[in-house]
Amino acid sequence: MDFSFTEEQQMLQDSVQKFVRDNYDFETRRELLASDRGYSSENWNLFAELGWLTVPFREEDGGFGGSAVDLMVMMEELGRAMVLEPFVPTAVIAGGLISELGTDDQKRELLPRIMGGELQLACAISEPGSRFNLANVATRAEAQGEKVILSGSKVAVLNGSHADQLLVVARSAGSQLERNGISVYLVDAGAPGVKRHGYTNVDGHGAAAIDFDAVEVSSAACLGAPGEAYAALEKVVDRATVAVASEAVGALDSLLQKTVEYSKTRNQFGVPIGTFQALQHRMADMFIECQLARSIVMMAAMKLDSSAGDDEKAKAVSAAKSRLGRAIFKVGQEAIQLHGGIGITDELDVAHLFKRVTAIETLFGNTDYHTRRFASL
Amino acid sequence: MNADFTKEELAFQHEVRNFLESEFPADIRDKVDRNIRLSKEDIVRWQKILNRQGWMAPNWPEEYGGTGWTPTQKYIFNQEMGRIGAPEPVAFGVKMVAPVILAYGSEAQKQRFLPDILESNVWWCQGYSEPNAGSDLASLKTTAVRDGDHYVVNGTKTWNTLGQYADWIFCLVRTDNTAKKQEGISFLLIDMASPGIKVNPIVLMDGSPEVNEVVFDNVRVPIENLIGEENKGWTYAKVLLTHERTNIARVPYTKRRVNELKSAAASRADGSGGSLADDPSFASKVAELEIDLLALEYAELRTLAAVTVGKAPGPESSILKIVGTEVAQKADELFLEVADYDALPFVPEQFEAGFTGAALGDGYLASTALDYFNHRKVSIYGGSNEIQKNIICKAVLGL
Repeated sequence: MDFSFTEEQQMLQDSVQKFVRDNYDFETRRELLASDRGYSSENWNLFAELGWLTVPFREEDGGFGGSAVDLMVMMEELGRAMVLEPFVPTAVIAGGLISELGTDDQKRELLPRIMGGELQLACAISEPGSRFNLANVATRAEAQGEKVILSGSKVAVLNGSHADQLLVVARSAGSQLERNGISVYLVDAGAPGVKRHGYTNVDGHGAAAIDFDAVEVSSAACLGAPGEAYAALEKVVDRATVAVASEAVGALDSLLQKTVEYSKTRNQFGVPIGTFQALQHRMADMFIECQLARSIVMMAAMKLDSSAGDDEKAKAVSAAKSRLGRAIFKVGQEAIQLHGGIGITDELDVAHLFKRVTAIETLFGNTDYHTRRFASL
Repeated sequence: MNADFTKEELAFQHEVRNFLESEFPADIRDKVDRNIRLSKEDIVRWQKILNRQGWMAPNWPEEYGGTGWTPTQKYIFNQEMGRIGAPEPVAFGVKMVAPVILAYGSEAQKQRFLPDILESNVWWCQGYSEPNAGSDLASLKTTAVRDGDHYVVNGTKTWNTLGQYADWIFCLVRTDNTAKKQEGISFLLIDMASPGIKVNPIVLMDGSPEVNEVVFDNVRVPIENLIGEENKGWTYAKVLLTHERTNIARVPYTKRRVNELKSAAASRADGSGGSLADDPSFASKVAELEIDLLALEYAELRTLAAVTVGKAPGPESSILKIVGTEVAQKADELFLEVADYDALPFVPEQFEAGFTGAALGDGYLASTALDYFNHRKVSIYGGSNEIQKNIICKAVLGL
């Protein structure tokens, strides 16, 4: 048993901390939010230069190593500062799918461009009514000779509004809820028949609803063999779940820290409100939630890096996301409540952290979904 | 970063498991499985077996009979004990008074008291709380007044666990009324056979004869029974509290409870033709409990990992006490739900050793209400959970 970071992980953590300190104060972030893209392309290039975009990838693919613990270390620090750049959609999810499913040619073509910061990707997974069920795919992929025609509607496509290319989860065979028959196609975001409705989520991250109206792609656009993508999709989404969970662990820590600091400086009745035991114990409860969330997310990351079986890994991820979800509600709500009126304004970073962790509670399956998944595995 | 045991640690785990499977007496194991209260004889017999193996006092220095285990080995040992339901040695001697004697006692005191603790020849109990000194323990009023080569002790101690079996009691007593309340306290060892000591049982709501009030009426205690210096007792007691945090979360125990809970629910009718385990609302509560337990387990492992690399367990370990007791109590609550009407008959004597009547209720489930009642204590004792939160606020959050 060894819970310490490797030297590389320590360096990665230092590197992210330094970036955040130098480039991501609350005002700067606010300007990025107001910008057209909602994040900074310069930052993205810097991510590439610093090697961060290689973190999710295996060494044989030219990456940093691809361990979930590496991702955890990095995401936690990004979470503290609410970094907006679409690292998870592009590098973890889309990159992960290419790495898991792609042919050698596809990997050679795409992965270096992702790691080099040249390519923004989004993965179109969810559909109206599918909620968190990855097997619930109604979007069709009809083979016509050398071509495939994609038709269907996707929602909640993270980074969907600015991605250069899309990975589209579509059904080449089987009925709507079947795990077999699911494929992933690489589609140019500007291809005829792709209709994007971009918007910004409550947490400031960009997303899109995308309709595919008989979009024509080459059959070579399928990642790997058609119809066999489900297992990889589940695996990659589980990794993304641990990534955003780690991000939330950082953000929750930030919320606790800011609340404790505020309670020491905010005076009412002639004393700092942090001297009231009624409030102190609530902050102790927030601390406990933060520690439990951190512990179980570490557990899940270590489990993903272990030799455990697929079900055991999935179960660990669901345990983590479920427990984290409860911590998110508790710590988030208490942070706002203890700040009082100022806590519900747009002016303070606390509200923005609250919005981000609330979004993470939903991402890739909410608390209830993961509790049930845990129990079923 | 990984949570794997090394090859040597796995071999050790195997060794402990084999030992427990073969040496934990079948009759005691059966009582544990059926939730029958263990007698003093059961407990002493089991502790003597542990001691023959050299495993009675893992936390002691090796020269006094400790095992020399690493923190991880101690963790594994606790895990394996909990797995089969083997009771840990009664804490008062081996885990509570002994570390104080080891740290602050004279060589003569070590020679006199430690071997009998190791061999379970002497049963110790604790004299800390008083009727008016609970969470505010330092306000205790039991006095020890010097008279020649004796102290004369007067006062009342309470919540004294299993004092009816005890040969000796370790007490916090007031030796200086003029100093700040923490600075007038001494740590005194008292023979329970001394004239003037009276043990009055306190019956708990589950009917169990577990705790007592101990009254001291002009009890004469030789001054050589004082530990360390006069008026330093509070410091000694506090040091003890931060060092005795092993297995405070009791994860192995609660894991066992949760496994029993799940198997009980699987064979329990839901009243509509199915099993309770398949009831979605119940299943979701069990899943949440298992998830909480998993989070707690890794919080404990993080503390262990820190200790392994030489750090002292910080005040963060207060969360292990809080959450450990909360999950244990949650399991009790769910047992009540599984047992339905079988939890209601109040026949506490059927859980005493030697009960010969017909058991009421469905085996293990018949004690669920009593367990639920009894275990309300766990969030109160050992520094109530509210006191633990005060510690977190002060020592961690700086409030």
